[in-house]
Amino acid sequence: MWNIVFSELRKLRRPTLFLGTMGAVVFFSALFSSLLFLLIDSPQGNADRGRVVTREVLSLATGGVQGFSSVGGFLGIIALCVFAAQTAQEYTYGTLRNILVRQPGRLRVLAGKFIAMGFFALVMIILSAIISVAASVILAPRAKVSTDLWFGADGRHALLTTFINIIISVVGFGTIGMVLGLLLRSPISAISFGVLWLLIVENLLIAVKNSLEEWMPGAQLAAIASGGAPSGMGTGIEYSHALTIGGLYVAVGAVIASILFVRRDVSN
Amino acid sequence: MSNTAISVRDLSKKYGERMAVSHATFEVPLGTICGFVGPNGSGKTTTMRMLLGLITPTGGTGEILGESIKHPEKYLPRVGAMIEGPAFYPALSGKENLNYLANLGGFSTDRVQHLLEQVGLGDRAKSKYKTYSLGMKQRLGIAAALLPNPKLLMLDEPTNGLDPEGIQEVRALLRSLANDGTSVFVSSHLLSELELISDYLVMLRKGEVVFTGKMSDLMLSQQPVVIARGANEDDLELLLSIAKVAGHQAVIRDGAVHVEGPASWAVDFNRAAFNAGITLSQLTPQLPNLEETFFEMTGEK
Repeated sequence: MWNIVFSELRKLRRPTLFLGTMGAVVFFSALFSSLLFLLIDSPQGNADRGRVVTREVLSLATGGVQGFSSVGGFLGIIALCVFAAQTAQEYTYGTLRNILVRQPGRLRVLAGKFIAMGFFALVMIILSAIISVAASVILAPRAKVSTDLWFGADGRHALLTTFINIIISVVGFGTIGMVLGLLLRSPISAISFGVLWLLIVENLLIAVKNSLEEWMPGAQLAAIASGGAPSGMGTGIEYSHALTIGGLYVAVGAVIASILFVRRDVSN
Repeated sequence: MSNTAISVRDLSKKYGERMAVSHATFEVPLGTICGFVGPNGSGKTTTMRMLLGLITPTGGTGEILGESIKHPEKYLPRVGAMIEGPAFYPALSGKENLNYLANLGGFSTDRVQHLLEQVGLGDRAKSKYKTYSLGMKQRLGIAAALLPNPKLLMLDEPTNGLDPEGIQEVRALLRSLANDGTSVFVSSHLLSELELISDYLVMLRKGEVVFTGKMSDLMLSQQPVVIARGANEDDLELLLSIAKVAGHQAVIRDGAVHVEGPASWAVDFNRAAFNAGITLSQLTPQLPNLEETFFEMTGEK
């Protein structure tokens, strides 16, 4: 299986894909984190959907990773696109037959590709963490935000927790991308369907009926990235609920797509 | 140890109501070049895909290099293949594409440059695949098939898009591989090419095997023909009837009358044509080539 992982990494490290994706990660991580501090006094808010994150909140131990946490959903969308494209293009280029002639174990092929793309996602997350935290540290004094608690034990714990949550969320989004790539066998269809669903359809459905938020896959994965709502608050999705429902979506999708991939004839 | 490279029995593939391959039974001896011919849609590529584990047969059994086709992982490391044209990543160079496949199969990447040179792509190894011409893509496909240093090479239309020089090079390459003990199973619509290089032949028609055996046996089993052309095109029908009246099978093909009969009969034919007032511009006794035999057996023309 490691042969597959290493050969996939050879493909993933090509400059247009690697530098292009990492460039986008750097730009948006810096942007999301910078806006938290640069717009701290803006009446329109300084976070996503006009939310206001105050100086007091940013001064907490979790303040240093607020920017990193808010870029998590965006990293998920990037992962979905990369996983979907890298999977579906094997069908459109016809390269799947080369792969399966050289590696007939189809589940091994799938697992190898998943690990390689997971590694790519990990690099993306580490880079985003570095840029987000660095931007926060640089801009906090100017925005008169205290950073004393950021570097204590609680601050390090917050960084670790956010990092793990974002990994779970991004890998979840990526798995959904891979499932869509396997089912639709076209990068454009898989990416369009995934992105449209997550960014538009889910939000429309939730706007029509708020309670649907508890059951939408994208909402669960975004909730995992942000650490979920505190339990018993009554608003937002609780972390454990998001983990359970999001995990179910990802697991069921992965099982169905794997069975199809193993059994389906490769006739293109 | 089996002395066949490929052995299939009753191999079938059904899509809905359509039989793409129907009870195909044939063997390809080790160390031979076996031509795999048949009209478009006769099931050649489907058969090759089944042999490579890409699609599951509806029925029948098969063995490749002594291993059942139910377990492709046991023989594919010794098989090189190019099916339905070359397929590579456009954004990677030829060399990167081969390195990718070498890594995937667990082969050394040391041979990659040598293989690229062997197929005439040494100087374009670092160019992106998307900049390659059709012929260059085809050459890269052949190089990829050679990566595992195969005991069996399966090539689907390997000369597509190649210029005459390239075709000749591929012919020489396949012959030299066969001389070194590699079995080659090759499909091509260029029957004259297959005639030049094949020792063995499997012929398909509408999913069914219509001939399998040595190329020489097939050619010797065919009736020699006498090809005649009149100075006047209107004479063809009359020439045809002269041949038929004399008790010979005859058809009009490519502006000439093709009559099944020995070379000695050409003298009688010439005399009969002269007596009928026809001046012949061509009278050639010859053995049918593979193309004519193919058309004869598949009923395509």
